[in-house]
Amino acid sequence: MNNKEQMLRDIGILCFTVVELSLYLDTHPNDRNAIEYFNHYNRIKTQMEREFSKNYYPLKLDYADSNQEWRWGAAPLPWEGVCG
Amino acid sequence: MWSYERRLEFPVNIKQPNAKLAQAIISQFGGPDGELAASMRYLSQKFATPYKEVAGLLNDIGTEELAHLEMVGAIVSQLTRNLSMEEIEASGFDKYYVDHTLGVWPQAAGGIPFNACEFQVKGDIITDLMEDMAAEQKARSTYDNILRLVDDPDVCAPIRFLREREVVHFQRFGEALRITQDKLNSKNFYAFNPGFDKCENCNG
Repeated sequence: MNNKEQMLRDIGILCFTVVELSLYLDTHPNDRNAIEYFNHYNRIKTQMEREFSKNYYPLKLDYADSNQEWRWGAAPLPWEGVCG
Repeated sequence: MWSYERRLEFPVNIKQPNAKLAQAIISQFGGPDGELAASMRYLSQKFATPYKEVAGLLNDIGTEELAHLEMVGAIVSQLTRNLSMEEIEASGFDKYYVDHTLGVWPQAAGGIPFNACEFQVKGDIITDLMEDMAAEQKARSTYDNILRLVDDPDVCAPIRFLREREVVHFQRFGEALRITQDKLNSKNFYAFNPGFDKCENCNG
């Protein structure tokens, strides 16, 4: 697994953690431990997404600043998978 | 309002096409207990949901279901890549192929098109949450049935992930039902519909 694949895998894990915690917090809004977990992983996630988008391709439109080429359009389509 | 992320919620990278399996899995794209019905159910129900935290949960789960719809579409699409005409005929995929080629169209495994009658928006939060909990269990059963048909680990991993999410969503909806009932008349949960009846002491 190269650095790009490793980063994408880690971002997937972080995003999942944040989604899972957000649903939990929807029904347990006063769970302080869960809020701490959420803030912690959400910060790392944002940081990694920014870094990945700068080095490889933009994961979100927020990180799609472009020069010569429209980077958002050039990014891979995730539903195609990597072995096609 | 939504924004898109250029990644799947869980990776789908299938090497071996299998058109027969694709025809079963497509049911979770546009079938009666599929992800499209799930997403549309929750994202529609939210409008008449009286309690903010419950409406917020419907919105967040409905959003995650859109990511699941995309994953199922990716599985179906990748399972039908690079098929020869012989494989299309031998797998029984020809009946789908004639109308949709290799496009992914929302239908059940038996060919029945997606239909909004597969879900309900009753405008009564107890009724809607009961349906939502049942829907999560029905989808879980469907993934269990799919897993009995799968031996390719590339397909098994994302399907198992989707199955687990059904269990978690069921749990969250159960909590939403408890939150709802806590706000109602404990002697008679059906005394009034908080999404319709106006009552001075029930603005919870």
